[in-house]
Amino acid sequence: MSVLINKDTRVICQGFTGKQGTFHSEQAIAYGTNMVGGVTPGKGGKTHLDLPVFDTVKQAVNETDADASVIYVPAPFCKDSILEAIDAGIELIVCITEGIPTLDMLQVKIVAESAGARIIGPNCPGIITPGECKIGIMPGEIHLPGKVGVVSRSGTLTYEAVKQTSDYGFGQTTCIGIGGDPIPGTSFIDCLQLFENDPKTEAILMVGEIGGSAEEEAAEFIQSEVSKPVTAFIAGGTAPKGKRMGHAGAIIAGGKGTAEEKFAALEKVGVHIVRSPADLGKGVAEATGW
Amino acid sequence: MNLHEYQAKQVFAQYGMPVPNNQVVESASDVPAALEKLSGERWVVKAQVHAGGRGKAGGVKLVDSAEAVKQAVSNMIGTNLVTYQTNEKGQPINQVLIEEISNIKRELYLGAVIDRASQRVVIMASTEGGMEIEKVAEETPDKILKVTINPLTGLQPYQSRELAFGLGLEGDQIKQFAKLLDGFAKMFVEKDLSLVEINPLVLTDEGQLICLDGKINVDDNALYRQKDILAMRDESQEDERENRAKEWDLNYISLDGDIGCMVNGAGLAMATMDLIKLCGGEPANFLDVGGGATKERVSEAFKIILSDDNVKGILVNIFGGIVRCDLIAEGIIGAVEEVHVNVPVVVRLEGNNAERGSQLLSESDVNIIAANNLTDAAEKIVAEVKKNK
Repeated sequence: MSVLINKDTRVICQGFTGKQGTFHSEQAIAYGTNMVGGVTPGKGGKTHLDLPVFDTVKQAVNETDADASVIYVPAPFCKDSILEAIDAGIELIVCITEGIPTLDMLQVKIVAESAGARIIGPNCPGIITPGECKIGIMPGEIHLPGKVGVVSRSGTLTYEAVKQTSDYGFGQTTCIGIGGDPIPGTSFIDCLQLFENDPKTEAILMVGEIGGSAEEEAAEFIQSEVSKPVTAFIAGGTAPKGKRMGHAGAIIAGGKGTAEEKFAALEKVGVHIVRSPADLGKGVAEATGW
Repeated sequence: MNLHEYQAKQVFAQYGMPVPNNQVVESASDVPAALEKLSGERWVVKAQVHAGGRGKAGGVKLVDSAEAVKQAVSNMIGTNLVTYQTNEKGQPINQVLIEEISNIKRELYLGAVIDRASQRVVIMASTEGGMEIEKVAEETPDKILKVTINPLTGLQPYQSRELAFGLGLEGDQIKQFAKLLDGFAKMFVEKDLSLVEINPLVLTDEGQLICLDGKINVDDNALYRQKDILAMRDESQEDERENRAKEWDLNYISLDGDIGCMVNGAGLAMATMDLIKLCGGEPANFLDVGGGATKERVSEAFKIILSDDNVKGILVNIFGGIVRCDLIAEGIIGAVEEVHVNVPVVVRLEGNNAERGSQLLSESDVNIIAANNLTDAAEKIVAEVKKNK
C-alpha cells in the first residue's frame, strides 16, 4: 500500500516536450513510472520518448485514461495548465514549477476543491512511492520501499530525510513534497490524514519550515486524529525576521511563523522533535523504538 | 517587492482613494516649485525609505515655512535613515515627500493581506490607528475587525458597512469609506499585492477620510505581469549583494555571523544554517545555489559570500539529486581556484556519485576539507573558524 500513487497510476506530463518535461519524464520512465503520454499544445499527434503527444489534456485523458498529471510549464502559464487538468478530470495534479503568483493559486485551489481534484505543490519536488511510481524531480535511487510516510515543504531537505530513513533501513511508503509556497495545493494535514489511513505507513516524518501556521495546524490535527508516531524537524531557526528565505512561503512576518513556535506546538502534542537536520533518521528510530 | 510611501499613494490615487496633496522632491532646489503646487502654510516633510519607524528616527518633520521645508529636505537627502526596522547602516534617503497638513480628528487603521490559514484575502480595520498593528493584535485582538473576501464575488457592500460601523463612522463618512474600500479591495487583486497598510487612515476635522500613510508589498512572483509596479522598483533600498545574487539566479540573504554557506535548496540551506548554530558557530548568510550548481554559478556564489568581510570560513553542502556529485566537485574545485578563496572551505557532498566527488576534492591541490556527513561538515567548519580567531 501507499498513498495517492502506485504502480498502476497512469501519468501524463504537461510541458512534455520542453527541456524540463523531457528530462524528468525520461527519469520517471527509467524509474518505472507508468507514463502514458504528454501534452504540448501544437505538437499533438507526434511521438516523444516513445509516448504519444496530445494538444490538450482532454484528448490525452480520452486516449490514455490518465489519472495523474505532472506540470513543468513556466509559472505564468501554470494557472491555465492546472485548470485544464482539473477540467479534463485529472484527479492528481503535481505542479513542480516555482514562481506562481499567490493570487493565481488562491483561485486555482478553489476550483480544485469544488471539482474534487488534488494538487501537489506548486514549487515542490513532487511525490514518489518508492519502487512503483515517481512523479517529480527527486532522485529515485535514494528511496527504499518501506514504512515511513514523509511529508515536507522542502526539496533537497526532503532528500536528506529520505536518504537517512533509507540508511536506517526503514524505507518509505510515499514521500510527498508539498512545496514552499504560501498557498500549497495539499497541506500537512491532508498528508497526515492519508498516512494515518494507510495501513502500510507505520510512522510519519514531517519536515516543516518557518512562515505561516501550517505546522501549528498540523499539531492540532495530530493531537486528535493521528495515532502513529510522528517525528518532525523545522528548518529556519536561525533565519532573520521579515526576510524571505528562498521559498515564497518561508518568511517570519509580524513576528509570527518562527521555528520555535512550531517546535513548541508540535512538542506539546507529543510529536518527537529533532533539532538537527542530520538526525532525521535517528529521530524516527527514537520515536518508533525500531 | 516593496514600494515607497509616495509610490503607494500614487497607486491609491489611481483607485480613487483619497490621499493628501503632495509633491516628491529629490533636492532642496526642487522645493520652491513643489510648494507652488501645494496650499497651506504648514507642511509635513517625510523621508522616503523602505522601512517603518521613520517618525521616531527623525524622518518625518512638521514645518511651517518654505525655508524650513528646504532645510528639512536638504538635511534628509543624501543621508541614511536608521530606524528600528533597518540595520545599523540605515536606508539611503533619495526622495522626500512634502504633504499638505491634515487636521486629524481620529486615526484609524486599514490593512489587507493574503491570509495563509484561510487562503483568502483578508481586510483588517481598527480604531487604533497610528499604532503598530502587531501590538494591537497581541494586546487587544478584539479591536481588530476582519472581513474575508470571497474571490468569486469580491468585496460586498455589507462588508464595507460592517467595518464602517465597527470603526464608529457615521453619515457621509460611511459612504466615503465604502468607496475607499472598494478601490482598496480592487487594487489588492489587480496589482497582485501581498500586503497593504494604511496606518493611519485619518478622519479630519472636516469629516474627510484620508490615507495619511501607505505601505505596499507586491507579490514578487507576479511582477512579470505588473510592469507599472516593476518600474517603481528602487534598488537603492535593497541589499546590493542580494541583488547581485539575483542576477545569477542565486538566492542570497546576508546575516551577522562569520561562516558563509553555499547550499542547494532553500530548506536545506536553512537547515544548514541551523546546524552551524547548533555546533556553536554563527552563519554569515543564506545562499541557495539552486539545481544547476555549475562552475560559473558556484564561482559567483563564492565571490558574493566573500564580499562579506566577516566571513572566516565557508561550508558547502550539496545534495546531488539528479546532478552528479563528481561534476559538482569539479565545479567547486575550479571555482575555489578561480576566485582565490583564502578562507577554509569544508565541502559535504551527498547523493549521486558522492564518493567519487569527495575523492576528487581530497585529491585536488586546492585547500578543501572534505566532510563525511552533515554533522561532520558543520563541526569541521566551526572548528576551523575558531582555530583562526
